[in-house]
Amino acid sequence: MSLFWVSAIMLLGVFVPLLTERFGRVANTLFTMLAPAVSLVYIITLLPAVLSGTVIVETLEWIPPAGLTLSLHLDGLALMFTLLILGIGLLIILYARYYLSDKEAAGRFYAYLILFMTAMLSIVLSNNVLQLWMAWEVTSISSFLLISFWSAKSESRKGARMALTVTGAGGLALLAGLLLIADVVGSYDLGVILASGDMLRAHELYPVILTLVLLGAFTKSAQFPFHFWLPHAMAAPTPVSAYLHSATMVKAGIFLLARFYPVLAGTEMWFLTVTTAGLITLVLGAYVALFKHDLKGLLAYSTVSHLGLIVLLLGMNTDLAAVAALFHIMNHAVFKASLFMAAGIIDHEAGTRDMRKLNGLWRFMPHTASLAMVAAASMAGVPLFNGFLSKEMFFAESLHQEAYGFLSWMIPVLATLAGIFAVAYSLRFVHDVFFNGEPNELPKTPHEPPRYMKIPVEILVALCLLVGIFPAFMVGSLLESAAGAVLQGELPYYSLAIWHGFNLPLVMSIIAILGGIIVYAYRSQLYRFQAQFREGDAKEIFEGAVQSIVKGATHIHDKINNDSLQRYVAVLLVFTILITGIPLIHLNTAALHSPDQPVSFVEIVAGIILCVSAIATMIFHRKRMIALITLSVVGLIVSVAFARFSAPDLALTQLAVEVVTVILLMLALFFLPQKTPAESSPSRVVRDIGIAAAIGGIVATINYAFISQPVSSISGFFLANSKVGGGGTNAVNVILVDFRGLDTLGEILVLGIAAFGIFKLLAGVRLAMPTANEKGVPWAEDRHPPILAMISQALLPLALLVSFYIFLRGHNMPGGGFIAGLITSVALIQQYIAHGVDWIKPRIKLDYQSLIAWGVLIATFTGIGSWLYGRPFMTTWFDYFDLPFIGEIELASALIFDLGVYLTVVGATLLILANLGKLTSVHRPTAED
Amino acid sequence: MELLYVICVGVTTFCGVFLCLRGRTFSVVVGLTMLSYAVNLFLFSSGRLSLNGAAILGMSDSYADPLPQALVLTAIVIGFAMIAFVVILSIRARADLGNDLVDGRDPPDTGKLIKSNRAKL
Repeated sequence: MSLFWVSAIMLLGVFVPLLTERFGRVANTLFTMLAPAVSLVYIITLLPAVLSGTVIVETLEWIPPAGLTLSLHLDGLALMFTLLILGIGLLIILYARYYLSDKEAAGRFYAYLILFMTAMLSIVLSNNVLQLWMAWEVTSISSFLLISFWSAKSESRKGARMALTVTGAGGLALLAGLLLIADVVGSYDLGVILASGDMLRAHELYPVILTLVLLGAFTKSAQFPFHFWLPHAMAAPTPVSAYLHSATMVKAGIFLLARFYPVLAGTEMWFLTVTTAGLITLVLGAYVALFKHDLKGLLAYSTVSHLGLIVLLLGMNTDLAAVAALFHIMNHAVFKASLFMAAGIIDHEAGTRDMRKLNGLWRFMPHTASLAMVAAASMAGVPLFNGFLSKEMFFAESLHQEAYGFLSWMIPVLATLAGIFAVAYSLRFVHDVFFNGEPNELPKTPHEPPRYMKIPVEILVALCLLVGIFPAFMVGSLLESAAGAVLQGELPYYSLAIWHGFNLPLVMSIIAILGGIIVYAYRSQLYRFQAQFREGDAKEIFEGAVQSIVKGATHIHDKINNDSLQRYVAVLLVFTILITGIPLIHLNTAALHSPDQPVSFVEIVAGIILCVSAIATMIFHRKRMIALITLSVVGLIVSVAFARFSAPDLALTQLAVEVVTVILLMLALFFLPQKTPAESSPSRVVRDIGIAAAIGGIVATINYAFISQPVSSISGFFLANSKVGGGGTNAVNVILVDFRGLDTLGEILVLGIAAFGIFKLLAGVRLAMPTANEKGVPWAEDRHPPILAMISQALLPLALLVSFYIFLRGHNMPGGGFIAGLITSVALIQQYIAHGVDWIKPRIKLDYQSLIAWGVLIATFTGIGSWLYGRPFMTTWFDYFDLPFIGEIELASALIFDLGVYLTVVGATLLILANLGKLTSVHRPTAED
Repeated sequence: MELLYVICVGVTTFCGVFLCLRGRTFSVVVGLTMLSYAVNLFLFSSGRLSLNGAAILGMSDSYADPLPQALVLTAIVIGFAMIAFVVILSIRARADLGNDLVDGRDPPDTGKLIKSNRAKL
């Protein structure tokens, strides 16, 4: 066995209740108890070793390169919490079996409960702070599920949401704190971190780390000012409250403080923040508890108060106070769990938790009443019960505080005051409920609960008594080992005994008890006094805050998002301006500059034509035909520019694409409205011109910035190897089919996919065919002028020949598959234009889809072919042959690859254009195609 | 020469972006075409402008940078495929939605503005 088995078994245990639910409630409960029981037994076998001071550490490599390990450890502190979590958890499972009605989904409930238990165990067993945090978050989520178990009730949902929001937000702060700790220390390992306390405390980030970690702990442990979520979590089923608010959930924050005590405690800042939060929470919780008429509400505020007490002890920065804190963690868990269970029994059997109705229950349930009275006595700190012992230690420690300077007397005084309130509310829990007259309009006649429902309470109450009477024997060694883990060194002298002689702490206890009795006796006056204040409901404030955040977010969202793509584009462009423009401001203009090359008159004219046509396109964009003509002028100048700047391949490609694009847009114009109505408001136009001008300016600036730098290119390699390695003198083509052949393969694939996508879009489209142009002039009757038809028919073989020639010479001269493919496409489209689909259909029987497929296949297989010769994918082969009469010719595998490119380009272009053209004819593509 | 070149790139970008921001599909298609010219010119110029560089080995001592040329060549073809796709998409949208608006319907703010402006006139 190893500790990892505990995690594994518990995790598997989550599914057990779901699977065994069908076997009935009893079997379900027993099976559910299996996993925690096994884990508990295993932990108990480790008890002697841990109590003797061994720390069990186990590590599992998870992702070693990332420094992530799974690591568990079991020291005294973890042991104490493990026993509480598993022990009380088992009792809760048993209790819940009787608490939940037969109709409720016990399987789901138990699954949540075990999940929560697993997460709590993982927190206390973690030896890695990231792991600890993960488990911490799982407790938030699973407690959300538990609190909202009765999800039909609005208060359950709201309470659960509040708990999740507060503890979840605290969890984020904790994560930040833990990451900072790990950053400072250099490790996520808890052992390493615990050993670096001095370094952390001296570090300049210490205040930030402390604040973040305390935020995590205080939200989880419901410390002032984050205490408000806890009372609202009482909407949970009582077993959940009994578990979450005694031994687990809220104790996780305390555990965190205790765990990081050796690292973070001991400074002025720790003392001031932790003590102050604890003190306020202690007094405030105790005071508010007095006025709660709901049994669980009373217990909830009492829990808040006791958590404040523990936090206060941990904040006191003395070793003895830390020991007292640990002792009180145990005691509080035991008596508070039993009290919650008792409250649940009363609620269950009397039908209400309102203490104004519950009176004189002693007659109906004496057994439960005795149990509750013992537990309440413990809560009040009456001698012979366990709560008394830790409270005495607390009183003793509060006397030794000097850190508030002259105000230090406040601590024992306020502690005694809280003690008085605690006695008073405990007294109310006992006297108001079990005595004090007769029951008042109870929904049902109360009676004792089922026998076994009382067993968990009996066990806990017995513990209260045993620890209260024989403290050293019962928990001495456990407390000692836990204190050893928290203090990481010499333990102070302390004695766990009931009688320490007649001293000041005892006087404080006596004052508390007597004072509590007096306060309780005069409670009606107190209620009247308190009734003058308007009670602020934390839920309303919280819900209000949530609602206003949601409203604000909706408002902002509605402002930004109006479902307009145009606006999205504009926003994207504005951000582009910001992220590209800002670095340009810092660009050193002096660093640029190699002088401009001289410019000739022709170039200036070409530049002017380009700019004028571009701007004309922009201005006349609403007259679509004119815009198309000016656009094509821009395209032509671009191809001329390519030719001018020594890129004949590009010029040829651009020219061919230009032709195809214009035909495409002409076809599109046939189907789209021919005019654009004026609809942009002037401010819109100004805004868009602004955006466009900024982008244009930025692009030009960037372009000028790099164009005027001396060139350093990797192209030397391509030029040097083009002939010897690739067998071609046209370096551009060799790059396409050889050096970067894989890129080209990908590109023709994209081209093919786009063509198929277009084909799919066109299939089954239903469009109204216009019969006249925008001025109402009907289209010409003569659809296929004979002269055009004849000439283009005659041109076809010539065009094909040219494209064949360009294809073949591509490796060595400007040309290649792309250009040849485009030329062929243009030639074929010319036939479509001149003759119409009806004429072409029987004459050119090319299936464009399969053309694309063949093209891609040929290109791919040419690449694969090199595998046959044991070479990597896409290695090309070439050789020179001397043929009689013809002379030396070169054969290269790249030519076959280029054939694939050629076929794909032809197929894709024609698939697009021919199908678009076919829309006007009876041969339109249908969905079946 | 360089200055003239980048001015041309800037102007085409400007017109392209402006047209892309229009509300009708055809204008956007024209804008995209214009933008792809600008982008191709921009990328092409990363090999610098060589006036008399040889494209073919052995024809001259100074060569034009072949790498941007190869990249731009495929970019031109892919750009065509993209524009074709957008064109067909807008035709399809016209068929299915009954209009050629980029948003498929009148944008909420502009429609109102125009109406109020017209009312003023």
